[in-house]
Amino acid sequence: MTDSSYILLDDVVFTRGSRRIFDGVSLAVPRGRITAIMGPSGTGKTTLLKLIGGQLRPDSGSIRVKGHDVPSLKRRDLYRLREDIGMLFQSGALFTDLSVFENVAFPLRVHTRLPDDMIRDIVLMKLEAVGLRGARNLMPAELSGGMTRRVALARSIALDPELILYDEPFAGQDPIAMGVLVKLIRELNAIMGLTSVLVSHDVPESLSIADYACIVSDGKVIGEGTPEALRNHASPKVQQFLHGNPDGPVPFHYPAPDARADWGGTVEGGAGRG
Amino acid sequence: MASALMNRIARVGRRGLDTLASLGRAGFFLWRSLVGAPNPSVGGPLLIQQIYRIGVLSLAIVIVSGLFIGMVLALQGYTILTDFGSESAIGQMIALTLLRELGPVVTALLFAGRAGSALTAEIGLMKATEQLSSMEMMGVDPLRRVMAPRLWAGFISMPLLALIFSVVGIWGGMLVGVEWLGVFEGSYWGNMQASVAFADDVVNGVIKSLVFGVACTWIAVYQGYDCVPTSAGISAATTRTVVFSSLTVLGLDFVLTAVMFGSF
Ligand SMILES: Nc1ncnc2c1ncn2[C@@H]1O[C@H](COP(=O)(O)OP(=O)(O)O)[C@@H](O)[C@H]1O
Ligand SMILES: [Mg+2]
Repeated sequence: MTDSSYILLDDVVFTRGSRRIFDGVSLAVPRGRITAIMGPSGTGKTTLLKLIGGQLRPDSGSIRVKGHDVPSLKRRDLYRLREDIGMLFQSGALFTDLSVFENVAFPLRVHTRLPDDMIRDIVLMKLEAVGLRGARNLMPAELSGGMTRRVALARSIALDPELILYDEPFAGQDPIAMGVLVKLIRELNAIMGLTSVLVSHDVPESLSIADYACIVSDGKVIGEGTPEALRNHASPKVQQFLHGNPDGPVPFHYPAPDARADWGGTVEGGAGRG
Repeated sequence: MASALMNRIARVGRRGLDTLASLGRAGFFLWRSLVGAPNPSVGGPLLIQQIYRIGVLSLAIVIVSGLFIGMVLALQGYTILTDFGSESAIGQMIALTLLRELGPVVTALLFAGRAGSALTAEIGLMKATEQLSSMEMMGVDPLRRVMAPRLWAGFISMPLLALIFSVVGIWGGMLVGVEWLGVFEGSYWGNMQASVAFADDVVNGVIKSLVFGVACTWIAVYQGYDCVPTSAGISAATTRTVVFSSLTVLGLDFVLTAVMFGSF
């Protein structure tokens, strides 16, 4: 691996049942930067993060994180590597039976032997960083969607990771919560010197904070580069995704039989597509 | 024609292989959850919390059911035994029925409905809300952290619950038999003491309930862990827990009774 890339995917193939989700994906995530991976829903963005985190194994190809070949790591080594990785799940995935404070304290209690007052200081610091020090005694059920994600963010940085994986951090957020999250991701990356991987289908937000971006579709990387380079990308597929055009290389219609077969040939103009 | 038959045979074969594979997965799951030295300072509080939720919170339903079943046994037993003029044997009949059969079996069925279904739903929901995945990504093994305390709590709780069920049932039988129907109290307890053998009856009953406890808790926890993480999937898994547990308990009970009390 080169010094500047923290994650290196090489020709990764992954199938689920009979469906090929990745068909030879290669990707380098630079150290200390924000990398956005974008793609339509259901292309396997979450799956990609799970492959990087070692929760799933590829059929073939190599996945290297920090120089370790993730799929071949022993369980114990994999768990040790994960202590350096924070992951923000799409749903937040807070432990519903623990308070906000205990959620953020959880990784500290499991992985360190720090005394209670020190854990308290660290937890309050992390909560302060996401602006929720005052919410420490609430239960997850009492939080709004945006707050849930911020608590989850505080929890994923509790152990001061080197890498943080964001799964759809903006999906389903109101504009203010979205703005808060964009600010947090950018600040955390700058202040803590993190490497961030952000998976999303929200194009403007992702491009606004990413140093480097790539677009995955149909199991392949169809375009990558800096946000400027992507905006000027020649591929019509990339342009369609960036601008959200309803029809283009990715058809509006799900593959269907000829329209005449369904409506008895009375329909004018080719509404059906093969 | 022949190919339709072959297809059917192939389907049956595939179904059999699938069943074997899922049994294997469930076995591997149990092994990975339980094997290895637990860390007492972490595991202790988690275990106690689960014993409370699985065992202590099931006490009410177990005690009430035990009481009624003991009272019904006394009523029915009295009616039959008076025909033979041997109503004084009612204590013996109630104690043996409860300790050998009804205690372990009924407690296990109640346990599957009360605690097993709750376990499946809880774990299934933790899976659906990515709590298990996020634990893994934090470098914590959910099998050890979430599943193991629940499994051990079930294994420990069930024999105790079954014993409590039997004891309350015997007391309920006394209420009806002695206090209400007028069986002589000395013969109620005396016949019981003379006929109940500790090794044969009490210990065998405890072994039964331990086996049922392992089966019910294993099924409940695994169904939650293995469920399809959607609302329909969790609901199906909860149903499977109750159905599989009940059938397994009744089937195992026949086998265990044949081995323990069958005279061959
Ligand atoms: N546990 C699973 N079992 C089977 N298929 C799955 C599972 N999780 C996801 N998939 C399928 O894999 C594809 C990619 O899923 P995912 O990575 O969640 O997509 P994205 O996050 O890009 O929306 C989807 O088509 C989804 O249906
Ligand atoms: Mg996703």
